[in-house]
Amino acid sequence: MNFKLKVWRQKDGASPGSFKDYDAKDVPSEASFLEMLDIVNESLAASGEDPIAFDSDCREGICGTCSLVINGIPHGPGKGTTCQLYMRRFADSDTIWIEPFRAAAFPPIKDLVVDRSAFDRIIEAGGYIVVRTGSAPEANSLPVAKHDADLAMEAAACIGCGACVAACPNSAAMLFVSAKVSHLGLLPQGQAERESRVIHMVRKMDELGFGSCRNHYECEAICPAEVSATFMARLNQDYALASAKKVLAV
Amino acid sequence: MLIASFMSVASLSPAPVRKFSKNPLIAFYQSSIGKKYVVAGTGLILIVYVLGHLVGNLQIFSGQERINAYSKFLHDLGPILWLVRVFLLAAFVTHIVATIQLAQENRLAKPRKYAVTGYQRSTMASRTMLISGLIILCFVIYHLLQFTLQVTDPKFRHMHDSLGHHDVYRMLILGFKNPFVSLFYTVGLFLLTNHLSHGFASVVQTLGINNRKIASFVASGGQTLAWVVFIGYVSIPVTILLGIIK
Ligand code: FES
Repeated sequence: MNFKLKVWRQKDGASPGSFKDYDAKDVPSEASFLEMLDIVNESLAASGEDPIAFDSDCREGICGTCSLVINGIPHGPGKGTTCQLYMRRFADSDTIWIEPFRAAAFPPIKDLVVDRSAFDRIIEAGGYIVVRTGSAPEANSLPVAKHDADLAMEAAACIGCGACVAACPNSAAMLFVSAKVSHLGLLPQGQAERESRVIHMVRKMDELGFGSCRNHYECEAICPAEVSATFMARLNQDYALASAKKVLAV
Repeated sequence: MLIASFMSVASLSPAPVRKFSKNPLIAFYQSSIGKKYVVAGTGLILIVYVLGHLVGNLQIFSGQERINAYSKFLHDLGPILWLVRVFLLAAFVTHIVATIQLAQENRLAKPRKYAVTGYQRSTMASRTMLISGLIILCFVIYHLLQFTLQVTDPKFRHMHDSLGHHDVYRMLILGFKNPFVSLFYTVGLFLLTNHLSHGFASVVQTLGINNRKIASFVASGGQTLAWVVFIGYVSIPVTILLGIIK
C-alpha cells in the first residue's frame, strides 16, 4: 500500500514546528502504524534526513507509550492504541495527517514526542497507598464487594497514555485522574487517604495546566482502556465531599 | 506509561502556575472542579426557574383573568418576590462568571488545535455552550426590558383589566403580535433548548450523581426536557400570531 503522509516536524520544544509531506511506499497492509513509520524512517535515514521521532515501547497495546494524533483522532481510528492500529484500516493512497498530542501540560520534545511526565506528577500527588510492605496478607482477610472489585478493576485498566488529554478540546486530564482516584478509592486499602488523595490529585492537575471537563466525552470515545466517563462523576462527587469535610472542619 | 522523562520539564512548560488558598472554601472555588460545581449548581437553579416560569406563562391558555390574577399574586408577594429576583440574578451572574473563568483556563490548556478535527462523541450543542449561553444572556436582557421593566413599549405599563390588575394577558398579545419580537423570542428559546439539551445532563454528571445505570436515561431525559421547554414557551407566540389567542 502507498500513503501520503503529512507529519508534524519540530526540532525541539523551543522551535516552531510545521507539517512536512512524505510518501510511504510499499507498506504491507499487515504493518502496524508504527511499523509504517519505521519503514518511512528507514528511507529517511538512507537519504540522510533526520528520522521522524515518535514514542513506542511494548508495541502490544499494554504500556501506553505510543501516542500520535492521526487524522485528528488520538491513536487513530477505532479504539485501541496506535501500536495496535494496522494499515489495512486505511485505503490505498490515503492522505494521513500525523500530529503530536497537543496540550499545554504536555510540552513538545521533538516531532511527535511530547513530555507526558505531568501524569507522573499527578500520581506523586496522591495516586498511591501507604502500607507496610511484607509478605502478602491472607487473601480473604479484607473482603471486597464484587461490584466494587469490578469497578476498581475497570478503573485500574487505565494505561496512562494521555490520549484522553489529547482528545479533549480543553486538554482535561479528568478521565485519567478519575480512573486513578476511583481505582484506589473503591477499595478498602485506599480509604485511609481517600480524601487527601482526591484533593491533592485534582489540585496538581490544575496546577500543571490541564483544563477541565465540559462533558463532550471525546476522552471516553477514544480511551484504549475503555475507561467510562462515569468515573468522572465519581471524581466530582469524591472531590466535593472531601472539600466539604475540609470546609466544615474549620 | 508512567516513566519519568529524561528531558528537563521546567524549561519547556508554558502552563501558568495556579495557586490554592489556605481557606478550603476559597480553594474549592479556585479548583476547576469547584468552579464546575458552581456552574452546575447555579445551572440547576436556573433550570428549575425556567420550568416554573413556563408553568406560570402557560396560564395564558386559561384566559385573561387567570394569568392576570397570577401576576397580581406574584407582585403581592412584595419583599419575597424581590428576594427571589435577587437570588436568581445572583445565580445567573455566578453561572456566567464561573463559566468564563473556566473557559479561560481551558483555552490556556489547549494552546493549539489539530489540523484535522476528529470529533467522535461531542455534539453541536456541547461545543456551542459558550456562544449559546452568551446569546441567551442578550435575549434575557431584552426580555426583561420588554416585559418586566416595560421600557421597550411604554404602553405596557398602563394596561389594566376590568378588575384594575395589570393586564399581562394583553401585554403578551400586543408584544407577540409583532413578528420580529416573536421571531427573536423563538430564536432565543431555540438557543436555550440547545443549551439545556447539553446542560441538564452536564449538571447531573458534574454534581456527581451520574452513574452508568442512569447515564443514557439522563442524556435522553435532558434532550426531552429541553424540547418540552421549547414547545411550551414557543406555543405562546405561535398561538398569538395564528390568532388562536386574542
Ligand atoms: S507501544 Fe505500548 S501501548 Fe503502544
